Amino acid sequence: MDSFQTLIFKLKKYWSDRGCILQEPFDMEVGAGTMCPETFLRVLGPDPYRVAYVQPSRRPADGRYGENPNRLYKHQQLQVILKPTPDDVIDLYLGSLEAIGIDLKKHDIKFEEDNWESPTLGAWGIGWQVMLDGLEITQFTYFQQCGGIDLDLAPAELTYGLERIAAFLQGKESIYEIEWAPGFTYADVRFADEQQLSVYNFEMADVTALWQLFDLHEKECQRLIDGFADSSEKSRYPVLATYEHVLKCSNLFNLLDARGAISVTERVGVIARVRKLAVGTAQLWVAQQHPPEPQPAAEVAA
Amino acid sequence: MAKGLKFLLEIGTEEIPDWMIPPALEHLTKAFAGMLEKHKLPGRVSWVDATPRRLVLAAEKIEARQKDSVDVVTGPPKSAGEGAAQGFARKNGVTVDQLETVATAKGEYFAVRKQIVGRDTSEILAAELAGLILGIPWPKTMFWTKKGGPRFIRPIRWIVALLGSGVIRFEVAGIESGETSQGHRIFGKKKVKVSVAGYEKQMARNGVVVRSAQRRQTIENGVEALLGTGGLRLKPDAALLETLVFLTELPTPILGSFDRSYLGLPAEVLVTVMRHHQKYFSVTDADGNLAPHFIAVMNAPSDPEGLVVSGNERVLRARFNDARFFWEVDQNRKLADRVEDLKNVTFQRDIGSYHAKAERVVALAGELGGNEHARRAALLAKTDLTTDMVKEFTDLQGIVGGLYARAQGEPEAVARAIYDHYKPVSMEDSIPASEEGRIVALADKLDTLRSCLAVGMMPTGSKDPFALRRAAQGVIKILVEGGMATPFASLAGGNRELEEFLLDRVRHYFREIRGFRYDEVNAVLAAGVASLPDVLARLEAIRAVRPTPDFEPLAASFKRIGNILDQAGTEASRGTVDASLLTEPAEQGLHTAMQQALAVQESGSYEQRLAAIASLRPAVDLFFDKVLVNAPEAPVRANRLALLDTLRRGFSRIADFSEIVTG
Repeated sequence: MDSFQTLIFKLKKYWSDRGCILQEPFDMEVGAGTMCPETFLRVLGPDPYRVAYVQPSRRPADGRYGENPNRLYKHQQLQVILKPTPDDVIDLYLGSLEAIGIDLKKHDIKFEEDNWESPTLGAWGIGWQVMLDGLEITQFTYFQQCGGIDLDLAPAELTYGLERIAAFLQGKESIYEIEWAPGFTYADVRFADEQQLSVYNFEMADVTALWQLFDLHEKECQRLIDGFADSSEKSRYPVLATYEHVLKCSNLFNLLDARGAISVTERVGVIARVRKLAVGTAQLWVAQQHPPEPQPAAEVAA
Repeated sequence: MAKGLKFLLEIGTEEIPDWMIPPALEHLTKAFAGMLEKHKLPGRVSWVDATPRRLVLAAEKIEARQKDSVDVVTGPPKSAGEGAAQGFARKNGVTVDQLETVATAKGEYFAVRKQIVGRDTSEILAAELAGLILGIPWPKTMFWTKKGGPRFIRPIRWIVALLGSGVIRFEVAGIESGETSQGHRIFGKKKVKVSVAGYEKQMARNGVVVRSAQRRQTIENGVEALLGTGGLRLKPDAALLETLVFLTELPTPILGSFDRSYLGLPAEVLVTVMRHHQKYFSVTDADGNLAPHFIAVMNAPSDPEGLVVSGNERVLRARFNDARFFWEVDQNRKLADRVEDLKNVTFQRDIGSYHAKAERVVALAGELGGNEHARRAALLAKTDLTTDMVKEFTDLQGIVGGLYARAQGEPEAVARAIYDHYKPVSMEDSIPASEEGRIVALADKLDTLRSCLAVGMMPTGSKDPFALRRAAQGVIKILVEGGMATPFASLAGGNRELEEFLLDRVRHYFREIRGFRYDEVNAVLAAGVASLPDVLARLEAIRAVRPTPDFEPLAASFKRIGNILDQAGTEASRGTVDASLLTEPAEQGLHTAMQQALAVQESGSYEQRLAAIASLRPAVDLFFDKVLVNAPEAPVRANRLALLDTLRRGFSRIADFSEIVTG
């Protein structure tokens, strides 16, 4: 029986052997692996890319103080981006399940319609939830749009729910009982994290301070977006830093939401604010990667 | 005569959403038949079917070639002269002496007779099939090759196209058609060479049951075998069965179990978890009570080590634990305390919050004659929208509110009304069981209709995001089937647009749902709509009387009466009949018969009243046979018109018979 970390090793090895760059987790708070620049920005434009990484993903509203065996404030996703999508992508995916020891002849696997959409990122795709013996283990998406921009290629995104897969493989009823490494359970490693962040997110986060932070990051992000057009050195313009402020806003929005500080009516408006930043940054990225051809110089006057 | 060739088309894809498959097959059948017709190719579609990964069309009696034909192209008139003839001949690549003349009604014309050599069918199919495939309409399509590339529901990965023993070669989305299919993802070969004749068997050997009817039968037989004779029964669910048929290529049902202690949760919650989240059938005992078992359907031939059963059991346990957790947490805040929370839940941006809606629905429930329980239920009905249980299981809105109300000690009538207030959710669904439930359901739907139409959200075409048609249909069904005599005119709250909208749904309901003939519905509605149960009673009376021999002829006479009165215009006074001016025996007879029938109108049932009206037929016939309405003497004429006018007014309260289509 593989430990949690062995499971991760095997998946990384599998995708590394299939031409993926292995990235380390992005060092900021994100709600999903999709939000990392390695996905959100790299899927834009015509340049091929293959990457795999584990991303701790924070969903403040899903926190349960470490008391619910199936729900986490922060879970780990293994994110794989294949751009362009190879024709045999599903076979490749099924191969990864075999690689972690799932004998597909002894199980039941189904691809059930599940289209993905992120209003805050102006992104959506078509796909499935992959069900293994009735358990959703992966979200499979063909990206169609990101940051409001139609994608040149339609990359495939595979998002593995690592805790669920580990619990399934290890036959555990609770995520906290998963063996992370020999002698250490998931609870040993992460319980305090779940408990304390739930306390903070639900009880102690200062709503006024969070709103101020949101406003500050939004302002900084917008300033950077606005400055691009007049920049004389576009190739070194900090688009990536701009995007980091989008992520800050997105996480602050999630925190405020979990804190119950955003009414349903306000919600739509705040989502639109974050989306505006995400869309603006995506446009910058595309412009920076593939700047318009310089105008042919006017004939030099004799 | 050749028998013709068989044709097979298999569009191989990644997994298509189950619910989209049957409409796609329907379209494919029509499009293929239409294509044959367009090219005057004999042949017919023998069957279409599908699994999640393939859409299949088989056709037969296809000729290998189109028949040769002759096309006569008509040119300029002969009178146009030599120059015109030369031009026409040149344009058609012939010489002038090859031209013929054809005689038409307008004179003689030059013409060219062209021999059209029939094309090979395979050539036609090769040119048409790519367009045919990409022309299948889907609710939501995607691109996968590149931006601007072909769109389909999911990526196309292979195409089989065979006519007889030959391959029809074409390309779609970068895929070359061929004779190679793919088997089941896990239990079949990656490449399966197929033939027209052996296709189904070849696929079956590779883990694919192509025919959906066979998969359905397999599931049904499997379920029966699993439940055996142990007293367990399947909770029938045709829609779920259909989903599973199109979610699998090789279906096999399995029986799983869960701990009895979960039966302490409401059956509604358990069934929703099993059905909507896990696509499991529920199982009941002989008395119809939920049993601690479920049936899942695998896309695999067997579960040799029981791993699939135990895996599904574990998932269900986790789901049930979640539900139990939600139930317990939700009890910390009573529904009554949640009324205030509804201020933060938007009903619709331009209309306002659910709190405001709740206040309106309470008032409306009162206007509709709702008692204290109905008004209490109206106040609490939407509060379950703030519970974790409904956030997780949205399909259970209303039901959860009802269950919580009961658990929190609200009167049973209140709990029941909340539980039922979304009913009827479809035309097949029943209306709320209690009077209070009907009033809350009615008030809620009417409020939705009134407030949405007030901000201009009238449904157009297929756009009806707030399901206003369904709400209106629900209103009508509740009023009719609940026997509620609420005045129809009061429903729309003075909004003319809504009144028209409701009237339109009334027509739809009585025609499509209740099966009344359209002229009967028109006739009854034309006589006015006091209340909907009354409309139903009048329609039923007409349906009962219509087959009697006097009815339709009398309806025809009413049309004649209407025409006469219309033509007479203002002369058709609304005066009373002066019996002394009735001279002819036929008009005296009609007058007497009419008075007798009128007496019945005051007291009889609709059916008796209609029978009485129908009995006037001989008198009316005799009247028209013997009496000249337009008598030269003005007083006699006016009196006769008055007689007809009285007749029409006196007998048009149940229906306007002139709307009945006769003959």
